[in-house]
Amino acid sequence: MPKDHGIGASSKRREDVRFLTGNGNYTDDINVAGQAYVHFLRSDVAHGRLTKVDTSAAAEMPGVIRVFTGADFEGVGGLPCGWQVTDKHGNPMQEPAHPVLAQGKVRHVGDPIAAIVAETPAQARNAAEAIEIDIEDLPAVIDMKAALQEGAPKVHDDLDNNLCYDWGFVEENKGAVDEAFSKAAHVTTLELVNQRLVANPMEPRVAVGDFNRSTGDSTLYTTSQNPHVIRLLMGAFVLGIPEHKLRVVAPDVGGGFGSKIFHYAEEAFCTFAAKALARPVKWTSSRSEAFISDAHGRDHVTKIELALDADNNFTALRTETYANMGAYLSTFAPSVPTWLHGTLMAGNYKTPLIYVNVKAVFTNTVPVDAYRGAGRPEATYQLERVVDKAARELGVDPIALRRQNFITEFPYATPVAVEYDTGDYNATMDKLLEMVDRDGFDARAAESAKSGKLRGFGVNTYIEACGIAPSALVGQLGARAGLYESATVRVNATGGLVVMTGSHSHGQGHETAFPQVVADMIGIPEDMVEVVHGDTANTPMGMGTYGSRSLAVGGSAIVRATEKIINKAKKIAAHLMEASEGDIELKDGQFTVAGTDKSVAWGDVTLAAYVPHNYPLEELEPGLEETAFYDPANFTYPAGAYACEVEVDPDTGKVEICSFAAADDFGNVVNPMIVEGQVHGGLAQGIGQALLEGAVYDSDGQLLTASYMDYAMPRADDVPSFQVDHSCSTPCTHNPLGVKGCGEAGAIGSPPAVVNAVVDALNRGGHNVTHIDMPLSPSRVWSAMNG
Amino acid sequence: MYEFEFKRPGSVAEAVAALGSEEAQILGGGQTLLPTMKQRLAAPAVLVSLGGIGEIKGVCTDDAGRVCVGGGTPHAVVAVETADSYPALSHLAGHIGDPAVRNRGTIGGSLANNDPAACYPAAVLGSGATVVTNNREIAADDFFDGMFTTALEDGEIITEVKFPVPQAANYQKFLQPASRFALTGVFVAKFADGVRVAVTGASEEGVHRWTAAEEALSANFSPDAIDGLSVSADGMISDMHGSAAYRANLVKVLTKRAVAAAS
Repeated sequence: MPKDHGIGASSKRREDVRFLTGNGNYTDDINVAGQAYVHFLRSDVAHGRLTKVDTSAAAEMPGVIRVFTGADFEGVGGLPCGWQVTDKHGNPMQEPAHPVLAQGKVRHVGDPIAAIVAETPAQARNAAEAIEIDIEDLPAVIDMKAALQEGAPKVHDDLDNNLCYDWGFVEENKGAVDEAFSKAAHVTTLELVNQRLVANPMEPRVAVGDFNRSTGDSTLYTTSQNPHVIRLLMGAFVLGIPEHKLRVVAPDVGGGFGSKIFHYAEEAFCTFAAKALARPVKWTSSRSEAFISDAHGRDHVTKIELALDADNNFTALRTETYANMGAYLSTFAPSVPTWLHGTLMAGNYKTPLIYVNVKAVFTNTVPVDAYRGAGRPEATYQLERVVDKAARELGVDPIALRRQNFITEFPYATPVAVEYDTGDYNATMDKLLEMVDRDGFDARAAESAKSGKLRGFGVNTYIEACGIAPSALVGQLGARAGLYESATVRVNATGGLVVMTGSHSHGQGHETAFPQVVADMIGIPEDMVEVVHGDTANTPMGMGTYGSRSLAVGGSAIVRATEKIINKAKKIAAHLMEASEGDIELKDGQFTVAGTDKSVAWGDVTLAAYVPHNYPLEELEPGLEETAFYDPANFTYPAGAYACEVEVDPDTGKVEICSFAAADDFGNVVNPMIVEGQVHGGLAQGIGQALLEGAVYDSDGQLLTASYMDYAMPRADDVPSFQVDHSCSTPCTHNPLGVKGCGEAGAIGSPPAVVNAVVDALNRGGHNVTHIDMPLSPSRVWSAMNG
Repeated sequence: MYEFEFKRPGSVAEAVAALGSEEAQILGGGQTLLPTMKQRLAAPAVLVSLGGIGEIKGVCTDDAGRVCVGGGTPHAVVAVETADSYPALSHLAGHIGDPAVRNRGTIGGSLANNDPAACYPAAVLGSGATVVTNNREIAADDFFDGMFTTALEDGEIITEVKFPVPQAANYQKFLQPASRFALTGVFVAKFADGVRVAVTGASEEGVHRWTAAEEALSANFSPDAIDGLSVSADGMISDMHGSAAYRANLVKVLTKRAVAAAS
């Protein structure tokens, strides 16, 4: 019987009632009395020197309050980078300044040059057209390899070159890896591109800055996945506002996919301008603006080599990746191609020797940072493509080759610095094969052939490091932040609870799932528990939501705080029942004394805590409110096996996904329905990357895919009805819930399955195609088939 | 969007008068013009909406058996009203954009704009239709004049489009993945006196007829008739969604499919 409440129940998402009825409270719904509006004048060239910015005419335009330029921010810090990577020589990465408004140069199309604050949005925009700007065009660097050539134009004049860092991992293993390649019986090599993507959350970014002249307090309302992180970064590094004078509120957030982790110039601007003008200042991004100002994702160019012995055992892996940083370092950009990518290159395999080289490159493009999966999709894609290619070259079954090399004993310390605590990769593969009817493939392929279509089957495995992250470890790896999570559990006098969490939902369903955990622990109905999040004024300092961490890390903090509550409540119950604390049991919201028929209800105890007439005041404080901070001992390692079946129309190159199956091991699951929804969304996004999406720049640095006319988002009819399963469970060994996280899996695991399936279809159709770069658009597939 | 004066005349005559003012612009369904104005790439001083003119809306059949579609008729209405009288046209209209587009966009607006990837120009040229304006009738072969260019004079209003109904017809559209406009679309219509083949989305010259295919199909209306033909990539559009060679291939593939579907 499926559970109908608590951990393991598919409780309906309570937040959906307001989301689906138009009653959500998003940042753009927030309007502060007297607010003014800002319009950002952005560069329309990719690279140039600002020789003139004359705002005098604009300042006289109707409704204009003030026009700001880079000069107004000279005394203010730039946007900080939250992670410092050390290169293979032991030197810190090159870290350029990132001004709030451009100073001296513009470095990508969309770089903000001036900000016009006016009484209405239209007046601000009108005035922007009156600003006189002269830009001396400079040659743009767009291609990463060209950017690293001697004499290439420099994105940042004060840096040595366009190389942010040249990272080797593990550098000490390089010699041994090279030697293993020299002795290999077979080497498979693949060069590929993991293309640049635009995150495209449904809700564009918004910021509202407010300043209270009577208290001197600043407030920022913003579309953020992590309001505390924004408060710390913006307060301490940009504007010099201490935390106790700065409140950051992120109300309902309409999707983020990583792009709302980062601290953006517009947030700092609105906070700064609100104080400078003593008026609230609001910015709402248009979709067009989002394309050129939200951080992009992926954008890796990789060569990967796999060495095998004569028995097809993987003996070594070597990769060389160029990772595009864009024009500036976004908040966590340097960590994505390194610690979220290099550490995952073992995948599900016991390859003993691995060397990963990553060259991070500055170009005149929008900054690139974490996007759903962040480094792990890039690792999974190249690894699962090269393994598939190896199987094809060796003439062996791609599943058998994978199984032969699976890690089967846990814990397993990889050669790339992480230790998988638990997993069972054969179990998820077995489950996958149950789901997909591989035996029936030939009959289905024959059926496809009757209508002139080529059918293909693709499979892959994946592993990800989630539950980000152990603070001490990431500190050693260059993080300038801790990655714990926090929770305060407040019990009210009549027994209801409020959970104040540092995690912040941008669609994940925290308001439903977190109460399931707390209600289950106490044995009370879920609707007695409410979640408060997204406001630094009423939640403990937390690190937010990304990296599939909210339940694994944030949920664990909630468990710890609830345990403290239960421990204290038991003391109160013991007093009320004149029993020994050690004999008190809590079940179904009732405290009982073991071996007796004595009991008091949850509500009796909570009332006693706040009306302490009969209470052990000499031993125990009244009240019932506890806070816990949880720092994980390790990452969690969700893993799984995915399969995709496609039909390719050889006349047009059009790929249709006939079926897609995902067998995931997420450890324990709190709400299966939410988990399935997360996987569905991830799969749609991964299939979007595989078949449709891609941000394309021309050689001058103009974004050719700057709207939905050219940037292809997946639509409902682009994806099949998914088969998903999470019954294979090896619970995480080091967090109290045994959960691993599920938010990114679908986006990580699905692109290689799709591409493997298309390559399989073409080869079955007699086309000797080894690889096609994503997105596998009809024209690309057709071109691959037709030379 | 810049400020503009908005006029909503109730008759073609009033619209013509309104269009006499300086920098006036016709507004059909606004599916192209309004986004362009929002991006501040167009700034008409006066916008003359045709939305209030009842006389240019609706579908009927004339004495010659032609399906006559009022210039201000939205795609969704055409899809419903021509389902029996001209199924290929109905299907084309019913697959333009999404429901919001089909309920606002009009046939006259689409033809006047002559987007090289629009669907309606293929139907009009493929059917050998006649475009009726407030002061003349223009044969389809004389109407389209390259990308975004037509024979219309400034301020000339499309009041009606008269479609001869073929014995058999079909439109095949291959979608551009992002916009879902026609990456290439082919309209094939078989009449008693011959076959017409109109291609949209593919050529740098906009919608055009594929005369070699028309000749072959007039002699033998079957997909096989296309096999021996080749389509040159010269002059085809080449962009991130498809090379010129790819579009040339699509012209042939879609023509065969249209013939197969119409046969």
